[in-house]
Amino acid sequence: MALATWHSSDPLQESGDLQEEALAQPAPPRRARSAHRFAKATLGPLAILAVIVGIWELVSYVVLDPQRRFLLPPLQTIFHQAFFIHSNLSVLLSALGVTTEVAMAGLGLSIIIGMLIAIAMSEFKSMERGLYPYLVVLQTIPILALVPLVGFWLGFGFTARIVVCVLISLFPIIASTLFGLQSATRAYHELFDLHHASRFTKLVKLKLPMALPSTFNGFRISAGLSVIGEIVGGYFFQQGKPDIGVLLDQFTAQLNGTMLFGAIFIASLLGVAVFWTFGGISSLVVGNWKE
Amino acid sequence: MGDVGLEVTERAPTLSGTDDTADHQLVVRSVSHTFPDGTAVLRDVSLTVDRGEFVALIGPSGCGKSTLLKIAAGLEKQTSGEVICHRDNIGFVFQDATLLPFRTVQGNVELFAELHKVPKAKRKEMARAALEMVGLQRFEDKYPKALSGGMKMRASLARSLVLHPHLFLFDEPFASVDEITRARLNDEVIKLFTSEQFAAVFVTHSISEACFLSSRVVVMSQRPARILADIEIPFPYPRHQDLHYETAFVDKARQVAQLLGEA
Repeated sequence: MALATWHSSDPLQESGDLQEEALAQPAPPRRARSAHRFAKATLGPLAILAVIVGIWELVSYVVLDPQRRFLLPPLQTIFHQAFFIHSNLSVLLSALGVTTEVAMAGLGLSIIIGMLIAIAMSEFKSMERGLYPYLVVLQTIPILALVPLVGFWLGFGFTARIVVCVLISLFPIIASTLFGLQSATRAYHELFDLHHASRFTKLVKLKLPMALPSTFNGFRISAGLSVIGEIVGGYFFQQGKPDIGVLLDQFTAQLNGTMLFGAIFIASLLGVAVFWTFGGISSLVVGNWKE
Repeated sequence: MGDVGLEVTERAPTLSGTDDTADHQLVVRSVSHTFPDGTAVLRDVSLTVDRGEFVALIGPSGCGKSTLLKIAAGLEKQTSGEVICHRDNIGFVFQDATLLPFRTVQGNVELFAELHKVPKAKRKEMARAALEMVGLQRFEDKYPKALSGGMKMRASLARSLVLHPHLFLFDEPFASVDEITRARLNDEVIKLFTSEQFAAVFVTHSISEACFLSSRVVVMSQRPARILADIEIPFPYPRHQDLHYETAFVDKARQVAQLLGEA
């Protein structure tokens, strides 16, 4: 057929229309404006931080008498003791390493198991019907109550810690992936049906890519939960290489407020880092197409 | 299949498509359909569409026009009756653009060629040709989220065009775009039809769109839908927007409107 012969009757007008449509996209913000927006976005949080630090120092120096100052040590003491004395810092860092390693191993396992379960549930209605009530149960029962049982069955080592991480981080991955896999509307499925695509083709070329934004959201939530699970596991099990959980328990027992806060800060940093990392990976993978 | 010739003949397709040896692309014979909940949607519908024919389906909303289209495409199975058409290459344009958000315009247009295992270099070329036909050649690397509603619809047209189907089914494709964009997209469809000479079935709610695009307007009744009338729209292609204001066109539109009123 006359493929190449067709052209707009008025090519100039046509390209003009397209340009107009292209111009309708928002223009990239200018540097000055983005700097202004950045200042606006950071000013509020910085002000709140200043208030918190102020109250902290006030309580530490004025409200508490020196004998009880270990309950809330001054910030500079915490930073000096925990992060600038080499032996202390290395204790914290090695615990951080253990926690990161176990939490990420647990998360990895959660991602594999969770995505497989979600795919099975989306492909087979019977799977969804059968598994759904148990997922609700998994989400509803206080998982921390299962921690002793995990130790009781699996011992108090590495494996048990990983299992706790998986238990606590599994649900968001299943739920978000399943939601994502089911997000392709009927018309999208029909698009593939028209060309007799197999279920596998549909899974790979339609459902999984459609699920990515939601799945990555799940990863981000689960990553944070996995860190929590690791710390709780370590705190409870008290065996194997010391992680942040073990340190929290030790420093509390020693009434070592400065190091306790040091460990809390480093655990918080890990949580934030993990959240940001997965947010970053997500915007790298789906950022340029996500609506 | 009997006397229904489905082979693509060498004969130049006719735009009127009224002679006996015409090239049938879609034959619907006494099709009735009842939804699982017991609602009867189609009753004894028969319709033949030849290559080079553009049939507009018009009727009260919810009467079963879209269902007929889906049955024709094989997306739904009719309760009784027979449908004959080449199911392996149908152009189907949905109400929404249904572009895959995670693929660029180019990737979207390549999709069907990819599903039919066309080699990469070849399908790239095919997609480029289709994009050029709808005037989107400079937007191939954009993701759908960067396109306007009208441009998304054009990309959707290009996607259906890529395999050059002989049968095109349109399920109210321009219902959600503004009037100016709609007129432009109608021009686009007229151009594609004139150059490709496929057989088309176009479901619409708009009397003027139906008369402007089609060589036949088929008016359907309330549910369960029957065919009330099959009106020839004899204006030659390519058509231009001015046609809307010609007396003969207005008369045809009035005739369709009256039939619809009786539906």
